[in-house]
Amino acid sequence: MPDDQHTPATHDIGGLPRFHCTPVEHDEAPPDAFGKKVDALRQVLAQKKLMTVDELRRGIESIPEGEYFALGYYERWLRSIAGLMVEKGLVAKDVLE
Amino acid sequence: MAAPPRPESLALLDRLMEALKAKGIVSDAEIAERQANTDKASPETGARMVARAWTDPAYRALLLSDGTAAAEAMGVSMAGAPPLGVLENTRTRHHLVVCTLCSCYPRAVLGYPPSWYKSFAYRSRAVREPRAVLAEWGLSLPDSVEVRVVDSTADYRWMVLPMRPVGTEGWDAARLAAIVTRDALLGVAVPKVG
Amino acid sequence: MSDAPRFAPGATVRVKDDWPERRGPCHIRTPHYIRGRRGTIVRPLGVFANPEDLAFARPAPKRNLYHVLFEQEPIWDEGKPGDTVMVEVFEHWLEEA
Repeated sequence: MPDDQHTPATHDIGGLPRFHCTPVEHDEAPPDAFGKKVDALRQVLAQKKLMTVDELRRGIESIPEGEYFALGYYERWLRSIAGLMVEKGLVAKDVLE
Repeated sequence: MAAPPRPESLALLDRLMEALKAKGIVSDAEIAERQANTDKASPETGARMVARAWTDPAYRALLLSDGTAAAEAMGVSMAGAPPLGVLENTRTRHHLVVCTLCSCYPRAVLGYPPSWYKSFAYRSRAVREPRAVLAEWGLSLPDSVEVRVVDSTADYRWMVLPMRPVGTEGWDAARLAAIVTRDALLGVAVPKVG
Repeated sequence: MSDAPRFAPGATVRVKDDWPERRGPCHIRTPHYIRGRRGTIVRPLGVFANPEDLAFARPAPKRNLYHVLFEQEPIWDEGKPGDTVMVEVFEHWLEEA
């Protein structure tokens, strides 16, 4: 077990006690229209070699803890993709605000 | 239930799409085409692979040694997809697939991951208390079976080859595929007859 | 650097007890709960570009990846003896044990 000094990164949640008593909701719903569009956008940008899945993950992992757990799955993806597009100079930051 | 996206997220997606389209980086048609392709993948593919492995020893050997080639042998295009690995359940070993770090999932042969696979509870608990998670799915394994959790952390994507249930002797591949659920391909369930 | 895997199936290894997330921005695929733990090489999985570099769009040398098997119970101080967890781990995270 990690001690206090070795707090895992936000996304590194294997075995975390905070979810110990949370039942796994058997939610079978496919992604909604928003999720599917974000998913497709990521694939198209990856195909065009404008981002990698590893960069996507790095962007997700840099979301502050409170938001990481509050945002939906594809909302985290979108946050990461938007950040990467700004970082790479493909989109101006103020356009997204 | 997964919460719907917030209004600010919908707005951010619109603004990002508009900015990317204005620069000629992506088009609506490309996004729609990619989405249509992604929508085509489903657990039926994985189920057909398992049913064939149950009825064809040579295919079974291929499936376990090279999942990517086995998927392609079923007509799945694996170009650009991560390599697929397949893990065999036996009388003494049961595999359970999770991704604790994000949500790595064998999408080429199973389609979109279900919400629960991406949930914090599943990602966190499957690796620490797999038997409790399986019990919530109604699956109780004897102590003589090793539960082997597979944390999908890197470049491979993992699928389970479940055991063929008794009572399916003489069934053809189509009938067998119908009892192989997505959950069984991840190890949270086992195929059942009837 | 040779692509030949350094560890053979059956070899006992130890995962480095390293916490780069405490030193600054990074992207790593070695979950917290196996750091410093002993495991057994199940099999080499081939070579893959290092995600720690890919995540920052840096040149990414290929590294050997392994399936490494760990006993569940010593990690969490709970669970059924004999149950295991199998994790993909890159060679640069492993040392002889």
